[in-house]
This record gives sequence, structure tokens and C-alpha cells, in this order.
Amino acid sequence: MFGWEFPPHILGGLGTASYGLTKGMAEQGDLELTFVIPKPHGDEDQSFLKIMGACNIPVVWKENSWEHVNYRIGKIMHPDEYFWLRNGIKYDYNRIYTNDLGCVDFSGRYPDNLIEEISNYEAVASVLAHQMDFDIIHSHDWLTYPAGVFAKHISGKPLVIHVHATDFDRSRGQVNPTVYSIEKRGMDVADHIITVSDLTRKTVIEKYHQDPRKVTTVHNAVEPLPDADTFTKTERKDKVVTFLGRITMQKGPEYFVEAAYKVLQKTEGVRFVMAGSGDMMPAMIELAAKRGIADKFHFTGFLKGRQVHEMLAESDVYIMPSVSEPFGISPLEAMQVGTPSIISKQSGCAEILTHAIKTDYWDIDEMADAIYAIVKYPAMYKSLRNLGREEVNNIKWYDAGLKVRTIYDEVLNR
Amino acid sequence: MKNICFYFQIHQPIRLKKYRFFEIGQDHYYYDDFQTEEKIRALAEQSYLPANRIIAEMIRSSNGKFKCAFSISGIALEQLEQYAPEVIDSFRELAKTGSIEFLAEPYAHSLSSVFDTDEFEMQVKMHADKMENLFGKRPTVFRNAELTYSDEIGEAVAKMGFKAILIEEAKHIMGWKSPNFVYAHSHLSKLKLLVRNLKLSEDISLRFSHPSWHDYPLTAEKFISWIASAPAEEKIFNVWMGYESLGMVQRPESGIFDFLKAIPYHAMEKEIGFTLPSEAVKKQEVAGSLFVPFPISWWGHEKELSPWTGNDLQHEALDKLYSVSERVRMCTDKPLLHDWLMLQTTDHFRFMSHKDAFGTHYETAYEAFMNYMNVLADFLERVNAQYPSTIDNEELNELLKTINHQEKEIETLENELKKLKARKAKVV
Repeated sequence: MFGWEFPPHILGGLGTASYGLTKGMAEQGDLELTFVIPKPHGDEDQSFLKIMGACNIPVVWKENSWEHVNYRIGKIMHPDEYFWLRNGIKYDYNRIYTNDLGCVDFSGRYPDNLIEEISNYEAVASVLAHQMDFDIIHSHDWLTYPAGVFAKHISGKPLVIHVHATDFDRSRGQVNPTVYSIEKRGMDVADHIITVSDLTRKTVIEKYHQDPRKVTTVHNAVEPLPDADTFTKTERKDKVVTFLGRITMQKGPEYFVEAAYKVLQKTEGVRFVMAGSGDMMPAMIELAAKRGIADKFHFTGFLKGRQVHEMLAESDVYIMPSVSEPFGISPLEAMQVGTPSIISKQSGCAEILTHAIKTDYWDIDEMADAIYAIVKYPAMYKSLRNLGREEVNNIKWYDAGLKVRTIYDEVLNR
Repeated sequence: MKNICFYFQIHQPIRLKKYRFFEIGQDHYYYDDFQTEEKIRALAEQSYLPANRIIAEMIRSSNGKFKCAFSISGIALEQLEQYAPEVIDSFRELAKTGSIEFLAEPYAHSLSSVFDTDEFEMQVKMHADKMENLFGKRPTVFRNAELTYSDEIGEAVAKMGFKAILIEEAKHIMGWKSPNFVYAHSHLSKLKLLVRNLKLSEDISLRFSHPSWHDYPLTAEKFISWIASAPAEEKIFNVWMGYESLGMVQRPESGIFDFLKAIPYHAMEKEIGFTLPSEAVKKQEVAGSLFVPFPISWWGHEKELSPWTGNDLQHEALDKLYSVSERVRMCTDKPLLHDWLMLQTTDHFRFMSHKDAFGTHYETAYEAFMNYMNVLADFLERVNAQYPSTIDNEELNELLKTINHQEKEIETLENELKKLKARKAKVV
């Protein structure tokens, strides 16, 4: 598998989904998984799969002593493996800037020269495709499609690509032509396309002109939260309604502010929290001030790790008014700690959730009404809390893994 | 002689309009009349009117031998009066034939029998008054909303003077017993129970036009032959369904009306008659008594009340609603009293069911709950505005008595005063 992120060092939902899916698939017992990411930190959980760092795989032949290699990357990869992989270099990548080991220094993030990193990742894939033995190639998200495509061309093995998002989701329709062409090529070459929701499946079919027979939805799941009970809710006078995520156009933060304004006009004892950061944060602070609700509307800035679950658990309502969300894992996380969720119908997770309130992202009246109902009518809160928690606890990665397996079996037997 | 007891029920949900929380206290009209009108018109034209015509014809051509019973909820009567008065006229015509019986039920098609006995009695009386008013005869047989029944409800109904109640064939109550007998209440032997024959009823209402059903197509001949071949001691066959089954659920093109029309002919051929519930309980021997400690209904396989009262949402809505019933009954504001009835229909709560929200127009149970609760919040505010909520019900009742009797009191006192004055004048 080619991926871009793997916990614990993650920047978005992609890493979480990659982890959950691979862990769920490993439970099948007869799958051997190798997961390639640009830059591992060495503290990844490798109990159920093998993590390979693209930054440790040579693409240019350089002579080095065993000791030197051991000194440089020994704690992440065995030197013998380095020398063995080096035999897979079949093309001249001297044009790429490499270090003393002939490896590329990947940032593993989303830098400005992302396109260059993507193509370097492709070079790494060629080495792996020549040297390694595998049955199937699985590429997660557009950053890794070129790597998957190249590996397929070299090895002749089937390629499955996993669409966690498309550029149409990220840009509200203003697609970047370069990104689009990378995505389109990956989809064209793939033997099968997995999408995380029917919403994304529709985009893939309609905007990328793919054959519907080639596209299957496998909804994401959520990792069980072993310490779910340690997150408690403090008794307080005011109810807390929370938006949590990147404050960007895609997430629809302005609809949250407008809904808050509607609720506050009529209701005492409710506070609103916008947690996270993003390019629209200043505009949102201004909007809250303009509506005259700044005393009841709070910003927390970026939250990470445990803080996220703490914030969710302390809230009475979690709201995700995303304009376009391929899946959206955070409402499931909120429901795990027993917080009722309001999600937009334009979110993929709406397809699998019953005990969450679904509204159109633009329908601030409906959203305000739902917030009001949850904070004012105890049965609403109680039902969503109890039934919602029960529901998400039954959404398992193992089942998602089985669906992926069916797809594997199908492309292998074709 | 074997008899078939046909009974049809008419009730339609009241559709609440989209009512947001910011309308609480601003807007006191809760209903989506457009949708209701459309629904009622469609039902009248496709089901009620054609079915009434067929039944009139059946009565005529069988010389009054064909008989059937109806119950129409108070809410449905209001809807018909408003949007399809010709249906009421058509029922009046049917009533004149003498082959029709109308049954009593709680006016608002409510669960008041379970939650508030006083309210229940008030509504049953209200419904009986209305029936008498419209069709000239006071009902003597009772059927509850959703065929809800328990021993306790039976007691209340017997107290009101009814002779019989219609109940559902619930397996956990009937056990090995056949529904084709007349039964009695667990300890009030005077109160008779008629039990719906589940199979025969659903053969018509649900399965009639299902090509995959092994008895498809169902002909009148076949239907009657099933009854004819039943053991000789089974005397009464209760075939009950919603009236919309004729023409709406089972479309005219399925042949449902022709099926119905052919029934009397084939029945008479096999010497099977027709009966009304009130006649049946007079004529037939009681086969035994039925113990129903917990309420049953005609829903699903379980035959209990969980689709209306099974989850937290429904509990809260019902609790809030019935918490003010005593107070509402002290009010005299007519629109308020009418809304009180409208908010009690069982459908509102059915729509809040997670497992079976039959007939809902909401996307989810939560949406149904939110909308209802917003409406109820406004209603409760209006109730509170009637009398200060700081006074409790008992005290208020006393005060109201004093106020209402004030005039009489003044009159008697004045009379007394006059008398005394007159006497004084004489003396002087």
C-alpha cells in the first residue's frame, strides 16, 4: 500500500483512515501488508503491518559501508534491507536531489513543492516494484496515485486506488487542473476504485468519467476508543455547541456562525465554540462580532490529540456543517464520547448514521432548530447520546476490511 | 349459521407544518392544511366514495342482508367535514339503510386510555355525541385507537355503558384460542370482546394484490370457502381493516371492488350471513374470558404499544403533553381546546419511532420529535397564559367555581334582599 500519513504523526483524516483500515484488514489473518509512507518517525505501530519509509529507500546508487548505513538509518530499517532494495534501482534518477545514501528527503507533509514530492515518491515506487514481491497495489489518495500507477506498469500487478477525497471536495468546485489530471490518470489506470462514500462515488463517476462498475463504496469506520469513559462532562450552567475542524471553506464555518446567531436570538444559556484553525478564522471572528454574539461565541485555536476528545466530550452538541465532506470521521468520534452530532447531508458519514441529525449545510434554520431541540429537550439529547454511541460502536473497520478484501479477490481473479 | 363481521376504520394523521423554535410564542397555527386537504381529497375520491357506493349497492342487492360497521375518528370527521363533506352525506345515506353500525372511539384517536382516564372518558363521550349528531344513533360498541386494549381499559369502557369492545388477535393473549368466537372481559362478564381474525383481514388489506402470495389471485369464492370450511362451532369471522385498503392500498385495478361485490352472493350460497358487532354480541354465546394485563394494539407481530410509547423521545413528548391535561380541561378557550385534541393523535408519536414510523412524512424520528416539541412548547405557553402557573390545579378549580357561580350567588342574594326590603316596607 502506498499512503502519505500514518499515526501517530498525522495531519488530517487520511492517516486515521489508513491506520484503521489496515488494522481491520490485518484481522483477516491471511493478508501480509506493507505500508509505504514518505517519512516514518519510527514510533508507528508495526504490530500488524510493515511500515516502509520512502525516505530510506535508495533511488540513486551510492556506495556506502554497512556501518555507515547502520549509523544513519539503523533504528528504522535494517541495513541489509537497504542493500537489497538498492538492487531494485533500474532507472537513472540522478536528476533528483538525493542524500549520501541515494535517498530522497521527504517532508512527509503537504509542502509547497508537493508536486515534486509526488513525483519523487513515484521514483521510490519504481524501486519497490522491481525488487519486491506482492500481489496487489493499493494507493491511498491522489498523492500516491502516480506511485501506484508506475508500480502497476512495472510489475503488471493490479492497482486499487482508494479515494478519500477529490479536488472537487477540497475546492468547492474550483479544481486545480494539475491535481485533477493526477487524479484522473490514477483512476483511469486503476483496476478498481474504492470511494469512502456514495457521495464521492458519484463525484468519481460524474466528474472523472469512470465506469460505475469499476467504483465501489467502502465506508470508513472508527477505531474503538479504549479510554472513552475517561472523558467526562463537567456540569455547567451553559450548554456548549461545538464546531471542530479546519476553519476552511470546505467545512462551512460561516453557516455555524449564522445558526448560532439564530439560536442566541431566542435562547439563553447556550455558548458556541469554534475549535481549530484555518484560513477563514479571521473572517469568522469578524462575522461573530458583526452579528453581536462575540460574548457567547468562542475560539480555541488548534487542538490536538487528547484535547480533541476532551473538547468533544465537554460539548452538548457537535456540529459539522461541511459543504462537501467525502466521509468526515469527527462526528463518529464525537458520538463515541456520547456527544450528539448534527451533520450536513453533504457529508459521506451521513450515509451510514441514523442517530445523528442531518441537515443541508446551507439550511441554517434547520440547523438552529436542531441545536435548540438538543439543548432544550432532554429526551433528544439522551436518545442521540445513547443510541448514537451504540451505533458508532458497531461500525467496525473489520467489516470495511472485508469489503476491501472482496474487491481484491475480484481483481485478482479477473 | 356462520357470520362475517365486516368493520372498516377511518382515520388520517394530522400533518403538522414545519414549525421552527423561533416561531414559539409567535405563531399559534400548527397545521399543514394543504397536505391534509390533498390527502383527504385523494382518499375520498379513490377510496371512501367508491367504496361507499359499492357497499350501498351490496346492501340493496342483498336486500339488507349485507351489513358492516364503521368507526370514524373525531379528527377524521372534522377533516371530512372540511375537505370532503360529500363523504359524510354518503355515510348518512348508508346509515338510513339500517345495515350499518357506527362504533365509538376516543375523539382525538389518542392514547388517552393509557395515559389519562378522565381525558379518555371525555373524548369517548365527545365522539359519541358527534356520531349521534351526524348519524342519529348513539354507538353501543367501542373500539379504541390502534385497537389498544387491556383489562383496565375494558373496565373504564364498561363503566361508560358500552356492551362490547373490538380487540386484536394477539398471539400472546389468545394462545390456542380461535378468534372466531365471542369472548368476555377478564372479570366483567357483561363486557363482550370481539377478536379480529388476523389472517382473513390481512388477506384483503395487505396481500390481496401481491402476485408472490401463494393464494394470489384471491377470489370471493375462495375467500368464502375458507370460512365455510372452518369448524362448525366457529360462528363469527371478524374481518376488519382500514377503509383506505379499499381503493387506495389495494388499487381499483387490482379488482378489489369486484371482489367485495361478489362476497354476498358466494356467502349466501354457502349459507354464511353478515352481522354487526352489536348483534353478534347479543346473539352469540360467550366462549370464555380473556386476560389482558398489559395493553395490546394491532401493530406488527408483537401487538403492543412500543411504536407509540417505546423510546425516550416518545416518553418525553407524552409526559409533557399529558402533564397539563387537567389544567387544559379547566380552560374555556376554544382554539386551545381544539389544539389540545389535535396534538393527541397517536400518529405524532408513531412518527417518533425509530423502528416503525409508519406513514411518516418526516425524514427521521428526531425530526418528528423536534417539530412536535416546538409546537407543544408553544401550546404549553398558551396553557400557562390562561391561568397563572403559580396556582395549583385544586386551588384554581375552587377559584373557578367561585367565579362561575358568582352571578347565581349575586342573584340569590339580591332576591333575598328584595324580599327583606318588601317585608320591611310592609312592616313600616
